[in-house]
Amino acid sequence: MTTTTPRDPAAPLPEDADQWTAKARGALLERLPAEKLLPDRQPAYLSSAIYLFGALTLAALVIVMATGGVLALEGPTWWHVSSTGLFVNSLHLWSVEAMFFFMVIHLWGKFFMAAWRGNRQLTWMTGAVTFATSIGAAFTGYVSQTNFDSQWISTQAKDGINSTGIGAFFNVLNFGQMLMWHIVLLPLVVGLLTGLHLLMVRRRGIVPPFALDANGKVSRDVEVEQ
Amino acid sequence: MTAVMALVGALINLGGPGHYLHWGFLQISLANVIVIIVMVLTFVAAVFIPVHRRKDRS
Repeated sequence: MTTTTPRDPAAPLPEDADQWTAKARGALLERLPAEKLLPDRQPAYLSSAIYLFGALTLAALVIVMATGGVLALEGPTWWHVSSTGLFVNSLHLWSVEAMFFFMVIHLWGKFFMAAWRGNRQLTWMTGAVTFATSIGAAFTGYVSQTNFDSQWISTQAKDGINSTGIGAFFNVLNFGQMLMWHIVLLPLVVGLLTGLHLLMVRRRGIVPPFALDANGKVSRDVEVEQ
Repeated sequence: MTAVMALVGALINLGGPGHYLHWGFLQISLANVIVIIVMVLTFVAAVFIPVHRRKDRS
């Protein structure tokens, strides 16, 4: 009777090991194993409400995307006139307000934690760029309302945009262009960057607090064990 | 219906023109100042409020 060791289904056959798919799979599994992607436990230092604001921002973003999708399906007449449309329109606005509220507190918290420590530079940078991109998404939303408010905002914004020299390519008076930026390009970038940000958080882990040195003072060099 | 609308309506009349604060060349709406103050208070509270702390874990 012979026994065989079960083959790891993720491991390629020896003759396939040189294929790019096999190499990519191996690299991804090494960097993002399942226990890191969906962990069961978190470090004890996360027992503070300041660590909740990233998840709150993400929850608000999901509502923004969902209500924006409904608004895109139904159209301006619906969101201006019908009571349900006005309600969904308000949900879209206030979930954006909540998202920025939570995102700024998340930013403040991570800034004072120096959350780029421990090889987490890409986590910090993807978060910062997502923040900047979401501001653009919000501004193009203001000029896509199809009401007097959006007309006023776009005519006020055009001088500022023109002073930067990009007015010929990014024309805030061009409603169709602004709407496309708002519902296609910027949500796509925000979504992709948010996904990358989350993967970086999962890969590197939540930044630990500053450790104390031998004299009991806060050390900028030493990290506590996770 | 009118009573319900009055109950769920805004506590402050939001139909009028906005209020603005001025400090020299700085100008900011009162609404934005209130939001910023609430954000700072929320941040300070969040730093000190413990969550999900169980005694059976270290």
